[in-house]
Amino acid sequence: MAELSKKNEPAEPVDATPNVTEVEVVDAASETAAIAAIEAPVDRGEPILQVRNLVKHFPLTQGILFKKQVGAVKAVDGISFDLYQGETLGIVGESGCGKSTVAKLLMHLETATAGQIFYKGQDVTKLSGRALKAVRRNIQMVFQDPYTSLNPRMTVGDIIGETFDIHPEVAPKGERRRKVQDLLDVVGLNPEYINRYPHQFSGGQRQRIGIARGLALNPEIIICDEPVSALDVSVQAQVINLMEKLQDEFNLSYVFIAHDLSIVRHISDRVGVMYLGKMAEIGTDAQIYDHPTHPYTQALLSAVPVPDPAARENRERIILTGDVPSPANPPSGCRFRTRCWKAQDKCAEEVPLLAVPERFKGQDTPAAHESACHFAEEKDVVHAA
Amino acid sequence: MTLIDEAPVPQGADDSGAPLLEVRDLHVEFHTRDGVAKAVNGVNYTVNAGETLAVLGESGSGKSVTAQAIMGILDMPPGRIPKGEILFKGQDMLKMSGEERRRIRGAKVAMIFQDALSSLNPVYSVGFQLGEMFRVHRGMSKKEARAKAIELMDRVKIPAAAQRVDDYPHQFSGGMRQRIMIAMALALEPDLIIADEPTTALDVTVQAQVMDLLAELQREYNMGLILITHDLGVVADVADKIAVMYAGRIVETAPVHELYKRPAHPYTKGLLESIPRLDRKGQELYAIKGLPPNLTRIPTGCAFNPRCPQATDLCRSDVPALFPVTERDGADLAGRGSACHYWKETLHG
Repeated sequence: MAELSKKNEPAEPVDATPNVTEVEVVDAASETAAIAAIEAPVDRGEPILQVRNLVKHFPLTQGILFKKQVGAVKAVDGISFDLYQGETLGIVGESGCGKSTVAKLLMHLETATAGQIFYKGQDVTKLSGRALKAVRRNIQMVFQDPYTSLNPRMTVGDIIGETFDIHPEVAPKGERRRKVQDLLDVVGLNPEYINRYPHQFSGGQRQRIGIARGLALNPEIIICDEPVSALDVSVQAQVINLMEKLQDEFNLSYVFIAHDLSIVRHISDRVGVMYLGKMAEIGTDAQIYDHPTHPYTQALLSAVPVPDPAARENRERIILTGDVPSPANPPSGCRFRTRCWKAQDKCAEEVPLLAVPERFKGQDTPAAHESACHFAEEKDVVHAA
Repeated sequence: MTLIDEAPVPQGADDSGAPLLEVRDLHVEFHTRDGVAKAVNGVNYTVNAGETLAVLGESGSGKSVTAQAIMGILDMPPGRIPKGEILFKGQDMLKMSGEERRRIRGAKVAMIFQDALSSLNPVYSVGFQLGEMFRVHRGMSKKEARAKAIELMDRVKIPAAAQRVDDYPHQFSGGMRQRIMIAMALALEPDLIIADEPTTALDVTVQAQVMDLLAELQREYNMGLILITHDLGVVADVADKIAVMYAGRIVETAPVHELYKRPAHPYTKGLLESIPRLDRKGQELYAIKGLPPNLTRIPTGCAFNPRCPQATDLCRSDVPALFPVTERDGADLAGRGSACHYWKETLHG
């Protein structure tokens, strides 16, 4: 896939060889060492997950008998971020920007084309066997659609209890039923519902079951992919409050992926904004929402309809033209340049790196956070003028 | 009260002063295996030309069913309209023959659906589908209809309309497909457009484009617009007045500014408090406890009483009417109504 990367992109490690080949030979000693590292606790505020230059390209092929690769959908194209212990990292972006692919990569449900994911210093993309299983126990997921992510033929007890079949060390056989009932209680469902089927629950209750399943193995990280977007407004708040309560109670770290910018601000400590497989801007919630410096973030925030009619006359709105380009054929240079009102020749030639912009470097201002724009400039679009 | 006009309006032509659309005491029910689901239980509202009414509600509140009843596209059976009137320019559409309704549907009252991909026919080009409006309703030739289709696609700002007129729905992006839906609704210059969650499936940047376009076209053609949505943000941006629905009833009506500033129903108040803010980081969210009711077993009295923090025995026994809402000193608040026995306490604290 290396030959497909645009020549004017910087030398990112777009590694053609899949990582799978390397993991075949893992000796028992290094595996045990890896597991020991994975089981070791991490202090609050220390990085628990470090993602470096993560890339996922889905090949596009032509021909039936003799398949030939003609291109690649660059779903995730070199993103890096850290997740700290006990924090919530929100990831926002429009559909097709690669945020759900990031979730799948972190879960190791998809194999990364290139890049590394370090969980407590261990590169997850290179692990296999017992060590990978130990990682998977510690990183769990809550899915978007509570209607399709629960097996309709299994009872709630089986759905949650199934996790213990795969990781029996967490709960011995005799205690499983009680453990499932405890979990139901923790997420605010009646423990007597253990023998009910998913269709007997409402959407919000189903999402609670999904959360109970995510909690079952006492994970350290939960990846939430649009956990409340399928729920009614009045039920969303219940689930969000529950997730915040559980975070404090079990000392969890969340990666919270959503397209609703208000909810992301509410729950996140830090927020990353993705556009076409790249991270456009990342910072604390106040830095991103109150002091955005990337034009895409500014446009995105200004487009959010705010439930305050008085603000509608006072807010400046940036209406972008056109649609998101195809990730199979992204624009050269800065990927946002085709819709950006600031774009100049430089933007087509040079890929802007995600870093603190030169003009804000060393300054004690909230604008001094990482932003991938050549012409980064602070602009408040959220507060009424 | 502009939403609930008490005096019956004289029948007749367009300029008789009758509102564009008036829904009176509409009831819709569905016969299901679990019993009769009462989806709409006495809804009243009016829409005038050039006005935007937002109907706000959660899933199951009856907002879409009301719209389908107005369009005459309810599945009957299992649906049934046991009671009510839908007056379009003073004439009751429920009493019209199928042929009369067909002439109104699409030409006078048009609808924009939520999911453009499943609302467009995948095996016909968009030009053909847009042109169909003119061929069927206006008897135009294929060639004329195609030219009209291109013109319409231009109107809704689809780039290179002349080249794209023969493309199929799957070749367009989500935002472009929704523009085609808008073009189709506009084709015969209707007096009223019903938009059912028109931007729910779209991303925020595209949503802003589509809502802007819709508002612009509405102004230009002076159309009435019923915007059905669950998104309090979208409503605040475009609506003139709001009707909040819960369990098949309108629980609160108000001009848009008033509703957000001073809700007069505990449900509206709870909804407004339960959404996080974009411009500041809040504390714990207020959550309305419980779940929306099952429509086959709507609670007696006020349907919201099991979830309401201030419910009393009165709320559990008596269904509240949509009371006119007034200031503390009795001064009239135009267009406001609340179906809460304790609206005074809710509004004035």
